[in-house]
Amino acid sequence: MFALIDCNAFYVSCERIFQPHLEKKPVIVLSSNDGCAIARSSEAKALGIPMGAPLFKIRDMIKKHNIHVFSANFSLYGDISSRVMEALKAFSPILEVYSIDEAFLDLSTLSQDELFAYGCDIRKIVKKWTGIPVSVGIGPTKTLAKVANSMAKRHPSGCYALLTPEKTKALLGQVSLQDVWGIGSRWSKKLNTLGLTTALELAQADPRWIKKAFNIVLARTALELKGKACLSVEETAPSKKSMISSRSFGIPLTTFEDLREAISFHASSLAYRLRVEGRKTSLLSISVRTNPFDKKGRFYSNTHLIPLSCPSQDNATLITAATLALDQVFREHLSYKKVAVMALNLSPEDQKIPSLFTEEKENEHSLKRRAVLKSIDQLNYRYGKGSLVFASEGVNISWQPKATWKSPSFTQNWKQLPEVS
Amino acid sequence: MSQAEIRKRKPGAGRKPNPIPTKAIRLPLPLVQKLQELQNCQKLDALYRVDIGEIFAGKVSSALRSPLFESRVQAGFPSPADEFSEGTLDLNDHLIRHKAATFFVRVTGDSMKNVGIFPGDLLIVDRSLTPTNGKIVIAVLNGEMTVKRLEKEKNRVLLCAENADYPDIIVTEEDSFSTWGVVTNVIHSLI
Repeated sequence: MFALIDCNAFYVSCERIFQPHLEKKPVIVLSSNDGCAIARSSEAKALGIPMGAPLFKIRDMIKKHNIHVFSANFSLYGDISSRVMEALKAFSPILEVYSIDEAFLDLSTLSQDELFAYGCDIRKIVKKWTGIPVSVGIGPTKTLAKVANSMAKRHPSGCYALLTPEKTKALLGQVSLQDVWGIGSRWSKKLNTLGLTTALELAQADPRWIKKAFNIVLARTALELKGKACLSVEETAPSKKSMISSRSFGIPLTTFEDLREAISFHASSLAYRLRVEGRKTSLLSISVRTNPFDKKGRFYSNTHLIPLSCPSQDNATLITAATLALDQVFREHLSYKKVAVMALNLSPEDQKIPSLFTEEKENEHSLKRRAVLKSIDQLNYRYGKGSLVFASEGVNISWQPKATWKSPSFTQNWKQLPEVS
Repeated sequence: MSQAEIRKRKPGAGRKPNPIPTKAIRLPLPLVQKLQELQNCQKLDALYRVDIGEIFAGKVSSALRSPLFESRVQAGFPSPADEFSEGTLDLNDHLIRHKAATFFVRVTGDSMKNVGIFPGDLLIVDRSLTPTNGKIVIAVLNGEMTVKRLEKEKNRVLLCAENADYPDIIVTEEDSFSTWGVVTNVIHSLI
């Protein structure tokens, strides 16, 4: 048996822990650069704020209904997420952190009649320890646990268990295909044209036919809906294949110098993250684009790839490559809204592939570089992120994204702790 | 066959001399392991070309992190304290019992000064503990966080200040009230 634990309106719930006056009030959290609503409290949903609504479209509603608005505080959400996961570990040693606000637990050691009460306990303890309300869905497969979870969200108990085949069958008859985990809108449309509309119909279809008509992934989903577990709880996350650092600008940028600063910043932050994860990249991708909503200006977007002669996790190498790539995509007289730097072809840092074009002598240099970068990381850890940066990242940063309504770092900064009297 | 004939070898036969002069030395076993690891990742090769200062710097920092190597063999008799190392004390172990449920909050008022909680103090709050009678708690009263002593009576709940200037707060049915966590420690700076 599997449980899927999903945090309710997670970002909003994080804000509410330290600002309890927000309880029962409509609250939304905006994406980075205060772009659009990415989390809504149930009160905000009830007022009709759609998911992903751009801020400029909902300004009137915010004013009219006194909706509380927050800029995303991802550092806080990350800390609270790790607390939720830590609390969940007490319930099963086998835990898969599926996303920042979702986790699967393997509950196969429990008997059928214990499961529902156990799910309710999970909910109670997580709420008490961390302040985060969660929904718990329990089922014989991960896919069914996910279905159960969407039911749990509507249940007052916040917990829902699919224990008998009869109950499962009755429920799947009401679940449309696009709401099933792993089935996108494209597949559900194709399935609709073939006469399948509900999850039950997919579960009852012949898996061999599905495998032939679609692929093994969908056949597996069908089996999982039928109650046959094909997916297990994956405790170790698969190592990343790529990494991205990107942000929209607070104000549009026009000059090459400004863009170079932003690109350098992203390249630098990728290099740091590569070191943290013990990986190197051998292919960088740079993307720039103007504002697609701007009706006056011409829309422009472009991407350029730069391969590195040998895999790297060095800020200087990545900044140099990224700047070269920027040269290729930069056009004059445009207002740029967003840049992104991606590190591709990641490999473990200790993996050594001899290169035809670089000399062995580089060893000495790279040892020194590693020591330098380590010192930089240590200084930035001790004195705070961004204390020591590469000059090309700029000093008077004009492109910082907007974060007008960001809450304090309640759990990460001694100077911003919650206050009580 | 005479002795001289046996010693005579074909030119180029036998073990090749090491290109770099070598010397046998005694090393503590863990260090040998470290060196082998280094050799495995081909870092040793690179070390030849770095001046001695750098090799030494690398060794010192690794010794700092693992207390096992704290005394060097050359110093003669090994330190008798080495095998009794119990690590160092970490205040987190002492002050935090449930990491996931523990938060820090800052005090702004003096309503609790009689129990040694002053403005500017840091409170360690454990949300996982049950707020029983008499505990110092962080309570949420009508959306505001406050630190008070919890008094549960038969039909009512009191939030008591520890300062004569502040009257007890009687929680009524109209109030929205909950306990946020139990205060386990006060950190009060004396300088």
